[in-house]
Parts: sequence; C-alpha cells; structure tokens
Amino acid sequence: MIDLLRGHNRWMLLLPILLGLLLSVYPLPLELRWWRPAWVLLIVIYWLFTAPEDFSLTFVFGLGLVQDLITGSPLGQHSLGLVIVSYICLQSYQRVRNYARWQQALWVFVLVGISQVIGNWVYSMSGLTVSGMQFLYPALTSALLWPLMFRILEIFRTANRIS
Amino acid sequence: MILSAVAVGLILVNLYTDWLNPVREQLGSVAAPFNWVTNVPTVISEWGQDTFVSRTELKAENDALQSEILIHRRKLQQMAALAAENVRLRQLLGSSDMLQDNVLVAELIGVSPDPMRHALVINKGRRDGVYMGQAVLDAFGLMGQVIEVNQGTARVLLITDASHALPVQVNRNGVRAVAEGSGDLNRLHLRHVSNTTDIRPGDVLVSSGLGQRFPVGYPVAEVERVVRDPGMPFATVIAKPKARLDRSRHLLLVFGNEEAGLD
Repeated sequence: MIDLLRGHNRWMLLLPILLGLLLSVYPLPLELRWWRPAWVLLIVIYWLFTAPEDFSLTFVFGLGLVQDLITGSPLGQHSLGLVIVSYICLQSYQRVRNYARWQQALWVFVLVGISQVIGNWVYSMSGLTVSGMQFLYPALTSALLWPLMFRILEIFRTANRIS
Repeated sequence: MILSAVAVGLILVNLYTDWLNPVREQLGSVAAPFNWVTNVPTVISEWGQDTFVSRTELKAENDALQSEILIHRRKLQQMAALAAENVRLRQLLGSSDMLQDNVLVAELIGVSPDPMRHALVINKGRRDGVYMGQAVLDAFGLMGQVIEVNQGTARVLLITDASHALPVQVNRNGVRAVAEGSGDLNRLHLRHVSNTTDIRPGDVLVSSGLGQRFPVGYPVAEVERVVRDPGMPFATVIAKPKARLDRSRHLLLVFGNEEAGLD
C-alpha cells in the first residue's frame, strides 16, 4: 500500500516543475526581465535536497532540453546549467539540507550563479555580449525567494506525502 | 560528466550548424501549450475590456475610428493615382512592376523570456503557410523575421536582436546601409557609414530589399543621432525602430511574390 502511494506520488514531483516552466516563460515587463528568478532551477534544487533518490541527472538533462525548446535558446544551454548544478547538489545535499535557511539561500545564490555563468558563456558563444553583472541578478532574486519557496514546496510535499 | 559533455556538444552543434533545425521544428510544439497558458491573463483582460465597456466609450471610439477611416480613404484616393503613375513611369524606365504583397494578421502570444534574445511567439504556424525567413510587420514598420516554424506557432526574431542585421536605404536620397540590432529595443546601429555620407537625424530608413529577405519599401527606423568623429573610420549612426517592438500585439506576416528559398 505504501509502495503504491509512493509510486503514485512520484508523479506529483512533476507538478511544481511544470509550474516552474510556466513561470519561466511568463511575460514580464522589460525592466524586470533581468530579475526573473531561475524558477525551474530553484524547484529542481529543492527536490534534489528533499528527494534526491527520485531524480536522475538524465531526467534533469531532459528537463533542460524541454526548457530550451520552450524558451527558444540553443538546445543544451539550460541542460548544461541544470546538469552541473544538480551534480553539485547531489554531492552536497546531505550537508546543505541541515543548514539554516539563510545559509541555504547563500548556497542557492552560488548555485544559480554557476548556472548563469554557464548561460552567459553560451551567450558569448552566440555573439551576444552581456554588459556588467546583470546576468547575476537572477541568482540574487532566486536566493531571496528561496526561504518562501522552501516553505511553499514543503507544504506541498507534506500534503502529498512525497518521500 | 558525460551528460555535460553531451550538452556542450549539443550547444556547439546548435550554434554553428543547422542540423538540429528539423528536430527543433518537430519538438517545438512542446512550447505551444506553455505560451497558450501564459497568454490566458492577457486574453481575459482583453475580453474584460471588450465586454465591460460603456456605451459612451464605444461611441467615442467609433467616432474616432470613423474620422480615421475618412483620413485614410482620402490618402488612398491619392494613392491610386500615384500607384498608376508609378506603374507608368516604371514602364517608361523599363523596370519591373512593384507587386502588391499579401499579408496575414497574426497575434502575439509570447515573448522570449530571455532578456538577451529579442524574439516573439505568434499564433500562426506552418498550418497557415508561414515559412522561414518571412518578414513580419506591425502597423508602423518592419518588426523582424520568422526564425522557427512549428505547427500552429512561429518564432519571430526582432530587428533589434544583437544577431540581426538588415539592408536599409535612406528614404530621402536612397543611400544604402546595413542596420544592425543592438540588443536594445529602441536602437539600431548603421554599419560602415562613411563620414561623408549624406545622412542626418530625422531621416527615415526603409527596407531596401537587397539580400532578398525583406520586401522593399517598408519603414524600418528613423535616424536619431549621427556622430561624425574625424578620428574614426566610420560615422556612428543610431536609429530608432519605427515598429512598436514592445507594444504591438497584432502583427502582419508578409507573403512575398515568391517564398524565400531557405532551408
């Protein structure tokens, strides 16, 4: 019975991710475009901290490809960032999930920063130059959002009895 | 490790070749539902604006439109005569006739979430005959070109994207130039304009049709600033796009007399 429930609830993991994909293409005013948090990455980080056994890097890679298709970026840009950040998460989740929330937020800043740097690298390969540190804004908003995000996803997780 | 290598490989293939274009076209439909859903609030607010509107407002709008149509009709009368004259003169010169372009109205359903890439998603796709490289206009000027066609949607690259350039011509004297996107929605740069070229602020730039991609004669931008620095080999010319790239919701897809022969 418990196994059955678990098997069913695993699909619930996808729900926040789908929501994250939606939020990541939701149109924002021009001035705010740089401040959009890395929704999908945030949600993936949360799941990797709480349910690492349910995630494989291959899944994360596929998710990145879907995000690339939706946002119209070169295939692989989001995959690369997600895979590298997920790998770091999988190596460190046991330690980081015991941290205080604000310390985790700092960690999230670093993780999202890494994926942004990778994205920036892809930009510069496609001939687009980012001026200044604008590309790190999403890391900042993501880190600020982390405590709230954690709370909401925690409620969602306990309500659906996922892992 | 292997996955990141695969990802890097994919990025490189995607950036430097077009092998993945068919794959993108097939899988691109994945994006459509997301664009539809994020478009829902706009649709609802538009519906609200259409439905909950007072009679006086409707009347006022109707009057405004009536007078606008009158003005346009007057211009059109002149146009007919001018067009006929143009055809006669062109025949005298022995050059080919201008063809009327067919257009299809499309609606904007999504914008690129990526601040570095200026692209839009529209609600017309292969079903409606949209093809790669097709020119896209709004009521004020040239907006961009189609870069990805899916079943029911298409992606449009705006003329201000940093990777975009198009051949233009000054309307006043026919001087040709290439207008490059700057990554800023309100600016285009003109490349390789020599310091002695006759170009000044206020000049209207129209598409020149060279390069066979865009139809001839659509307004592209208005020159805003010309900086002639004797120390530099070329003048810096900055132009402001005519099209309302960040505001227009209804776009026109232009069908040229022949399909752009793109793969």
